[in-house]
Amino acid sequence: MRIATAKQSYSSDEALLRTNTQWAWMGILALALLAAPFLLDGYWLYLACLVTINVASATGLNILTGFTGLVSLGQAAFMAVGAYTVAVLQRDVGTPFLFNLLAAGALTAIVGVLVGLPSLRVKGLYLAIATIAASFILHFVFVNWQSLTNGPSGISLEPATFFGAPLTSNFHLYWVFVPITALMVLGAANLFRTRIGRAFIAIRDRDISAEVLGIPLLRYKLLSFAISSFYAGIAGGMWAYFFRVVTPESFPFITSIFFLAAIIVGGMGTILGGIVGAVFMTLVPELLRFLVEWASPFVPNAGTLLSPVRTVVFGALIVGFLVFEPQGMAEIIQRIRRFFHLWPFRK
Amino acid sequence: MSDELLFFTEVSLAGLGSGALLSITALAFVLIYKATRVINLAVSEILMLGGYLFFAAAAGFGLPAWIAIPLAIIGGGIVGAIVERGVIRPMLGESAISVFMVTVGLGSVLVGLAELTWGTDPRTLPEFMSNTPIFLGDVYLSPKIAIAMAVAAVVVPLFLLLFRFWRGGVALRATATDQAAAYSCGINVPGVFSLAWIIGCATAAGAGILLGAIGGISPAMGVFGLSALVVVIVGGLDSVAGALIGGLVIGLVEALAGTYLGGEFKMVTTFGILIVALMIRPYGLFGTTEIERL
Amino acid sequence: MNEAPREAGRLEVQGLSLSFGGLKALRDVSFAVEAGSITALIGPNGAGKTSMFNCISGFYRPQQGRILFDGENVTARHAPARAKLGFARTFQNIALFRGMTVLDNIKLGRHAHMKSNALQALAYWGAARREEIALREEIEKRIIDFLEINHIRHMPVGSLPYGLQKRVELARALAMKPRILLLDEPVAGMNREETEDMARFILDVKEEWGTTILMVEHDMGMVMDISDHVVVLNFGQVIAQGLPSEVQADPRVVEAYLGSGDPAALMKRINETQEAA
Repeated sequence: MRIATAKQSYSSDEALLRTNTQWAWMGILALALLAAPFLLDGYWLYLACLVTINVASATGLNILTGFTGLVSLGQAAFMAVGAYTVAVLQRDVGTPFLFNLLAAGALTAIVGVLVGLPSLRVKGLYLAIATIAASFILHFVFVNWQSLTNGPSGISLEPATFFGAPLTSNFHLYWVFVPITALMVLGAANLFRTRIGRAFIAIRDRDISAEVLGIPLLRYKLLSFAISSFYAGIAGGMWAYFFRVVTPESFPFITSIFFLAAIIVGGMGTILGGIVGAVFMTLVPELLRFLVEWASPFVPNAGTLLSPVRTVVFGALIVGFLVFEPQGMAEIIQRIRRFFHLWPFRK
Repeated sequence: MSDELLFFTEVSLAGLGSGALLSITALAFVLIYKATRVINLAVSEILMLGGYLFFAAAAGFGLPAWIAIPLAIIGGGIVGAIVERGVIRPMLGESAISVFMVTVGLGSVLVGLAELTWGTDPRTLPEFMSNTPIFLGDVYLSPKIAIAMAVAAVVVPLFLLLFRFWRGGVALRATATDQAAAYSCGINVPGVFSLAWIIGCATAAGAGILLGAIGGISPAMGVFGLSALVVVIVGGLDSVAGALIGGLVIGLVEALAGTYLGGEFKMVTTFGILIVALMIRPYGLFGTTEIERL
Repeated sequence: MNEAPREAGRLEVQGLSLSFGGLKALRDVSFAVEAGSITALIGPNGAGKTSMFNCISGFYRPQQGRILFDGENVTARHAPARAKLGFARTFQNIALFRGMTVLDNIKLGRHAHMKSNALQALAYWGAARREEIALREEIEKRIIDFLEINHIRHMPVGSLPYGLQKRVELARALAMKPRILLLDEPVAGMNREETEDMARFILDVKEEWGTTILMVEHDMGMVMDISDHVVVLNFGQVIAQGLPSEVQADPRVVEAYLGSGDPAALMKRINETQEAA
């Protein structure tokens, strides 16, 4: 049972990690992340990189949808903008890795603001549908702006070099992706300690009152779109370096639903939720693969069942969490935490 | 009539035909939204399911079309009832977005189930409509498209009449205006919800049979529902007339854009119209404006 | 950042008219709220009090008339700009942000006066960090202690009882560096004890912060006790204004609240107001 968390100064009470337990958990996580590449085999390292990219993107979407309440079904298209930016820069200009990623983020942020412009007039589901429209229009651009995007066959990338060192294997990429994503998550957590994050939450909870309290709605909605798409753009850029080929079909519409599902399952409006949701939703299809492989001796053509079973489970997770655990996995984690805080005294 | 004009007329007619199908599908959206304020994206997958149910009944069990069609429509209605009672009603009072996402998840479940049952390959439905070409003067009109138009011409006015005069329709309109007030007037609001979902999903299943007869069926055919969603947003989410006119307009524009600009312009034109419509009239051409209060 | 409260402002409403379609909510309303005073806006239900408030805080655009703040015409300014100018309000049906703690709700009030940008916020570095910690300290010392809400500062607002929620709303309005406080029914739905607490807090704000206060309120006891000036609205028009004692004795006010009891007089009154429209 935790008795008290006494603080000497307001700045320590405003810190992100406030208790020794939180620091300890963070230390364990850091150690695990450091040790992982030496312990995991190629397949799991591949998954670790994919999870890292998805965490970055889901955190970005969480800023927009979970915290600001603007539902976007355009996250995949935003990632595609980032991926294409990286691909084109590397092919035509040859600028360095980090510059390309930042440029991907910046350009995607601009596109995000454009896509967010309908929030001038509409909100809620109407805005969500406007983002669907925007993703299809962006897809059209990727297919038809042949001179830049090379049309449906897409662009292949050389392996990235990071300060002279080529990033050829997933082992290398892991060491670049994980710090970048960690910084992005930290940034998101910081954001919600400041006036900008509070303004976002206020817009989500009661937009009109927020305006009367001094928050210019359109500016902050667009800012949320910008930050969120900046994250998506960087995630897309990492994706491009990871798979090393970008085509219009790399980011199908279902990917946008995937990210929305990730933050729903993880927990909208909590940083932790974006992370656990992305990890969980990326790993579930792989777990299903093991399940199907395991079942294959007993079930005829189990292999052909994998894809439909994934589709069903994916949908069922969205429905199940929304109906039974609308606050997502983050809330389950909080519940466990509270249990141990109160232990051995509990209701 | 010159050849160009002839061609233009035929393309337009075909566009209006698929527009008629869009209108019917849009009706399913409108009906469910009007009663329950839920945008049910799973309408797209119910539509797909309607096509497959007809396929199962007609090709699988060899039933004649006049039995298979009602069976498929009733099947759609039953799915609607189960979904409403099972997952939508527990979501009562949750945000519109959560419920919307539930329907997105449901859609995914239905697609997966269809793939498990019937496989992923596209299939053609057994012929049940006449293949005799129809000529209006020199203008050729595919008989299937003509049938789609005829069905829309019957179904849409039927809905308008039901809303206006039938007891259930009036109850539905009352529920749409003010749920609490309707409930306290003795209207069985949960019953209205079920009814709207049953009729809406049955309508979607019917549209699926028509769509399948024209273009074949596949688990991915629900994409059609996205165009229908555009129709309801442009026409107004709670407007039957909006669904009709929006459907015809979008169908026509898609056909013309697809023919004269190229197939890849179809979707982009539709969504371009959507964005312009949202910026000019956020609640659709015929929709009710929502008033914001402090 | 630990500066003194801002100077109280003087609000003047001149010839304000507002209509929704054919319905005239306000007709040629004029009154003034003197700097540092407590002014109460009263009237029967539907008299236009909340419409008036929404015009003042910038949520509604009046069709005619002007709103002057310290002589400056603010009629065309948007709500956020007015908030920055020093218009701070509370809401009739509590508008706290359910997803935030009490502390964050209060901090939100300061938004318009803070300067950190998105990059600083993401890094929580430099100006952003200094600004946030200074704000926390100021809120703790000047607002949380003052309103006696220390024990709930880390709680989510949704779990608080009604009376405390109203107090948190007042705290948030105080965090807005108000030059005029607009309180929309600050004690509606409260019991005697809670009402007295709130009345005391309002008087304390006037004493210690010197802020101008305009409130809409139905609790006549409280209005008459603490107001310096009372404005009475009926059918969108000002029917009386003056000291609490003067207003209380005004026959038009009595009639507005109780009716004359005479149907013919009622019809006459309705006809008059329609002609005036």
